[in-house]
Amino acid sequence: MIQIEHLSCTFGRLQAVNDVSLSVGARETLVLLGTSGSGKTTTLRTINRLVEPTSGTILVDGVDVRAQPAPALRRRIGYVIQDGGLFPHYTVAEAIATVPTLLDWSPEAIRDRTRELVETLRLPDSVLGRYPHELSGGQRQRVGLARALAVRPPVVLMDEPFGALDPFTRRHVRRELFGLNELSETTVVLVTHDVGEALELADRIALMDKGRLVQTGTPGELLTQPANAFVRDFLDDRPRRPTA
Amino acid sequence: MIDFVTFIRLHADQLLRQTITHIGLTIASLLLALLIGVPLGMLVARYRRLASVVLGTAGVLQTIPSIALLGFLIPLLGIGPGPALTALFLYALLPIVRNTYVGITEVSPAVIDAARGVGMTNAQILRRVQLPLALPVLFAGIRTATVINVGVATLAAYVAAGGLGEFIFGGIALSNVSMMLAGAIPAALLAILFDAGLAWLQRRSVRSLRVSAIALVVLLPVLSGFMLRPGGSDRLVAGFAHEFYGRADGYPGLHKTYGLQLTPRLIDQNLMYEAIHREQVDLISGYSTDGRIKAFDLRVLADPSHAFPPYAAAPVVRQATLDRYPELASVLNRLAGRLSDSVMTQLNYQADYLKQSPQAVAREFLEKAGLYRKPAPGERTQTVVMGAKVFTEQYILAELYRQLIEGFTNLRVVARTGLGGTQICFDALRTGAIDFYPEYTGTGLLVILQPPAPVLKKLPMQPDSVYRFVADAYARQYRLTWLRPLGFNNSYALMMRQEQARRLGIQSIPDLVRYLDQPR
Repeated sequence: MIQIEHLSCTFGRLQAVNDVSLSVGARETLVLLGTSGSGKTTTLRTINRLVEPTSGTILVDGVDVRAQPAPALRRRIGYVIQDGGLFPHYTVAEAIATVPTLLDWSPEAIRDRTRELVETLRLPDSVLGRYPHELSGGQRQRVGLARALAVRPPVVLMDEPFGALDPFTRRHVRRELFGLNELSETTVVLVTHDVGEALELADRIALMDKGRLVQTGTPGELLTQPANAFVRDFLDDRPRRPTA
Repeated sequence: MIDFVTFIRLHADQLLRQTITHIGLTIASLLLALLIGVPLGMLVARYRRLASVVLGTAGVLQTIPSIALLGFLIPLLGIGPGPALTALFLYALLPIVRNTYVGITEVSPAVIDAARGVGMTNAQILRRVQLPLALPVLFAGIRTATVINVGVATLAAYVAAGGLGEFIFGGIALSNVSMMLAGAIPAALLAILFDAGLAWLQRRSVRSLRVSAIALVVLLPVLSGFMLRPGGSDRLVAGFAHEFYGRADGYPGLHKTYGLQLTPRLIDQNLMYEAIHREQVDLISGYSTDGRIKAFDLRVLADPSHAFPPYAAAPVVRQATLDRYPELASVLNRLAGRLSDSVMTQLNYQADYLKQSPQAVAREFLEKAGLYRKPAPGERTQTVVMGAKVFTEQYILAELYRQLIEGFTNLRVVARTGLGGTQICFDALRTGAIDFYPEYTGTGLLVILQPPAPVLKKLPMQPDSVYRFVADAYARQYRLTWLRPLGFNNSYALMMRQEQARRLGIQSIPDLVRYLDQPR
């Protein structure tokens, strides 16, 4: 679904991403794992062209991302950030309708899809007229996801989506959300520095350090066959493996 | 209080017209500032490097004193609504540009990132995210600009653009508190009302904002219609100072004596000369010895029926001082009759326009008149204190007297120049703080003596009769002596450009009335 080939990003003298190649299959969940400054977020943001690479190519669904205007590309790729990234002046209903409106959906289609998402994400109907500051952190996260999924994009990018939640709520919300059919049918690239989260959600993990890809593999592969000491240290940081 | 209510009742139509003009000026300039300022604010929010230049420029414009700004604009835009609107627009610009810029740049980067991430174009981000989120800050800027503009719009009265400033500045010039309040109170109410209205609008939805914006744009031509001031209907355009237009011995006196009928544009008395020089008006009310008469080649129209009371200049001296120094009177009287209107105008011109010091101007005059003597050396033990009011002519007169006294006597002269007003000079003279100062007969009559109306009515407004009346009353009531008049008369005067007056054959006020009464 996504092919990243020899991706490099340089900001001034800083080499943020250094020759990264990756591929993500359809309906796969790939977790980009690493410390702050490892280049994982930059890698994610090149996929919907929020960052333009210095060199390398990225194909989504076999098409070079640079072959089309960035806004059009981004409308077909869901994007979820910390705390939902909601607009303070949009109600929940308006937030969910954001991308469908950009794509000129009819009001009826938007209304149907909104109802469907609210039901799926188990949001009470009463939240539709509320503003983000009137929601709980978990609700904001769900609305953020609903906005990203509204037009049923084939790919969803998530940048530390649960970063703003307390550990308990975080675990709760992510289990609930990743249990959804909507999400399991979608290709997901998720950025996190939380090893537990990576091990729990990932079909495959790409571990990054200092702009380079250190190892790519299933959680089991990384745990049992770490490529080097760094990988082992990074994952061993957690004393036990949560049962997913 | 009763005066105030009566004034309002008598001038209701004027008040209404001024208020509408005031609103028109404020709103039109504000809309203009919005139309330019909001896009400019968006531009500098986009290209941050421009921000310091644009905001700095707007800030500098803001610090120019409003009356100076109007002075700059008159040569470019003439008088009337043009310079007033431009000045108001420039004052409104800074709060609007700055608040647009701050409002947009303070939108959280995470929100902008999310907006880009969901696929909004830059234009969509601006319209759907940045502007709506910047709106409260932008609105605060609009409210600031509105309140500033309601205040500054009073200055429009200085450049013949009307508004509530007509009453305010007329009231100040005439010391008429009712008139002043009739302008100031509505202006303050307007500021409060506009601010409250905008606050109300801010709480409404975006849709009603759009509705009110359209309503404003539709209403604007109607409001601006009221800004087209009367005054173009006369054969000659008159520009009068507010004080002149209101004072009994100004325009009303002319109307009574000669039947002169004009719809003048009201304008600040210093800008008035500039306006006639630039041919924006054809007739102004000035002072008969102003240096600008010579600088701008103006003709003072003769006043054969003495509609303007005479303001003959003469030194006023304490009788006690004259008794002590008997030689003083004859020395001061050496100048009597030596300064005609044109001579005094010339001296004022040298000081005001050629920037010569009053000292040099006085010395040159005295030498030419054969009145200059080198002060005798030696110690001077006896002192006379001389006062003067705070304008050029009085500085020159003071210098003339000083050089004269030092040349012809052994007295030492101490000058207390820059006394701010007739009453201050008079009180200083009465208490002995000064020994003499140059005063004008009309001022002595109307400001100090203030005889009751029946007495005034019987008094013929001839230079010598007024002089005799004032001199008698001063001597009797205050033991102050008016020495012989200097010869010139610094009174109100109507003036035109020399060239135009010659072409139209106008030399006197009756000529002017005849010319204006001709059918077109």
